[in-house]
Amino acid sequence: MSAALIVVIVIGVILLAVIGWFIGAYNGLVRLRNQLENAWAQIDVQLKRRYDLIPNLVETVKGYAKHERETLEKVIQARNMAMNAKTIGERAEAENILTGTLKSLFAVSEAYPDLKANQNFLRLQEELTSTENKVAFSRQFYNDSVQQFNTSIQVFPTNIVAGMFSFARRDFFEVKEEAVREAPKVSF
Amino acid sequence: MWEQIAANRRRSAVLITTMAAVLLSLGYLAGEAIAPGAGLIGLTAAFIIWLIQMGLYFGAAESVLLAGSGAHEIQKDDSPRLFNVVEEMVLASGLGYTPRIYLIDDPAPNAFAIGRKPGSSAVAVTTGLLHRLNRDELQGVIAHEIGHLKNQDVKFMTLAAVMLGSIVMLSEIFLRSLRFGGRSSRRSESRGGGGQAQLILLVIAIAFAILGPLFAQVLYFACSRKREFLADASAAQFTRYPEGLASALEKIAGASMPVTCANKTTAPLYIVNPLAATGQSLSLFSTHPPTEERIRILRSMGGSSLADYEAAYQRAGHGGLIGRQSLQESPAQSIRDASTDGPVESPPDTRAIQSRQCGYIPVHCNCGLDISVPETYNRDTINCVRCGSVLTIPGTSPLPTGGEGQGEGVSLQFQRQTDGWESFRCACGRTIQLSPGFAAPRVRCGSCGRSIEVV
Repeated sequence: MSAALIVVIVIGVILLAVIGWFIGAYNGLVRLRNQLENAWAQIDVQLKRRYDLIPNLVETVKGYAKHERETLEKVIQARNMAMNAKTIGERAEAENILTGTLKSLFAVSEAYPDLKANQNFLRLQEELTSTENKVAFSRQFYNDSVQQFNTSIQVFPTNIVAGMFSFARRDFFEVKEEAVREAPKVSF
Repeated sequence: MWEQIAANRRRSAVLITTMAAVLLSLGYLAGEAIAPGAGLIGLTAAFIIWLIQMGLYFGAAESVLLAGSGAHEIQKDDSPRLFNVVEEMVLASGLGYTPRIYLIDDPAPNAFAIGRKPGSSAVAVTTGLLHRLNRDELQGVIAHEIGHLKNQDVKFMTLAAVMLGSIVMLSEIFLRSLRFGGRSSRRSESRGGGGQAQLILLVIAIAFAILGPLFAQVLYFACSRKREFLADASAAQFTRYPEGLASALEKIAGASMPVTCANKTTAPLYIVNPLAATGQSLSLFSTHPPTEERIRILRSMGGSSLADYEAAYQRAGHGGLIGRQSLQESPAQSIRDASTDGPVESPPDTRAIQSRQCGYIPVHCNCGLDISVPETYNRDTINCVRCGSVLTIPGTSPLPTGGEGQGEGVSLQFQRQTDGWESFRCACGRTIQLSPGFAAPRVRCGSCGRSIEVV
């Protein structure tokens, strides 16, 4: 009688512990996934901000550097391409091209002292530099989150919970180094 | 994310409990020593003191401390770069909210973060910091401050400070009551019963009252130093560029001037101790680890992850810093390249303009010393008279005011127009000044050595 009671109690305690762990693991995964989605949303916010800033920049530069039509057109083109990208991979590539064209635009602007003295231009330059950084840092945080998330849905025993509630692996936001490092063409 | 917060929390709980134990046993002992059986009253007194201190600390809003530091809140238009850097670091850390940003008008470079909850968090930097650091360095400093917020250091250090304050206050009260309130102890003596035991208890209580605060202080400061290291590790992880913070720390420590509005209460908050102007040495009672050591650790990192910092930290002869779990979870990270942004542009320095007007070239050393080099000095570099580092003398730019410069071109002749002050530019670009009393037929240019005829 009392032995049976003890067995029941032991089983009950073990069951409670398992359920408690289960809840904890599930909540942990949900928290990670939310963090990841948040990080992804942040990248989007920053990219959008960059799209908004570019027309302003192009307008300002146009007034001073009329001979740089080609560079300006490339920037606009890259922006539109990035805005219309469908998949994550396509988008990442378009963003890299955009970063490259912006770099060459700023390199070209070095040749125009009047432009470099323009307060509006300086402000836009600072904003765009910072937006680039923000994109990079959000991506860094996103990738770290993805790594943490992917690790936790793969390791035992959390993978059981992940399998039951179909938490799927996430892709990294990759940067192709060559595209970023593409040397800006400078013409004086 | 980054479970060093969890490890922190455990360690913090241990520290707070230890301090609470010291406080309560001090209260009990003091009560028993003053009058036998009054231990409970002592306990209550200790608790009341703690409550009062708690009210004082947590009642004092962040805004009071900020105002006391001479900080004023700024908007994005006041310093777009600072704002952007803070926002960048918020994204990199995943902090989830942007702290308010304050500026302190002080030429000494320094910064601190404050805030126990998201709504009242703030980051304050001095104008000296803003004008001296380039973007990478500023990023490093801000990342360190955001690291403090992310690791919830301010909340914890405030709790610890409350404990420390209560212990110090209780022991003060007890020791004073012994000195001035001799009556009660005499009464207990006259009662006779267990006089010797009472005496022993008194001795123990006095020893405790003297050693307790010391012990609590050592604990508190050790913890404060550890948290500085942790914030450095976080900064390296957020920026992926430890050199930025290392070089910023070098500049801040090298400036060797105290922050005017800093005091003992706010000193532990700053990135580098603002009161110790020079020669920081490690002692049990310093709030910050020696800056040289922090720089050394940052520079010896092989990557930028928490694990890399841990390795560098242990190589410097310390024990473990970061919890095992967070080390396992931190992915390997390399160090990124330096950004190409130049130094933060500083507003026109009136002192520099003045010295230029008087025929001197202002040279600023990172140790904080301003040197005026005469224009006739004919070498390209000069050794700083304070720290000995080699400084290059910049070519003088044209004067911002009084530009009645004549005689441009390559002519080696200058036509005087008035008898007053006159300045003109040499062919090499250097501005040459002639005083009203200048009577010689020729003047020698300080940088190119051309001899120019004065007519």
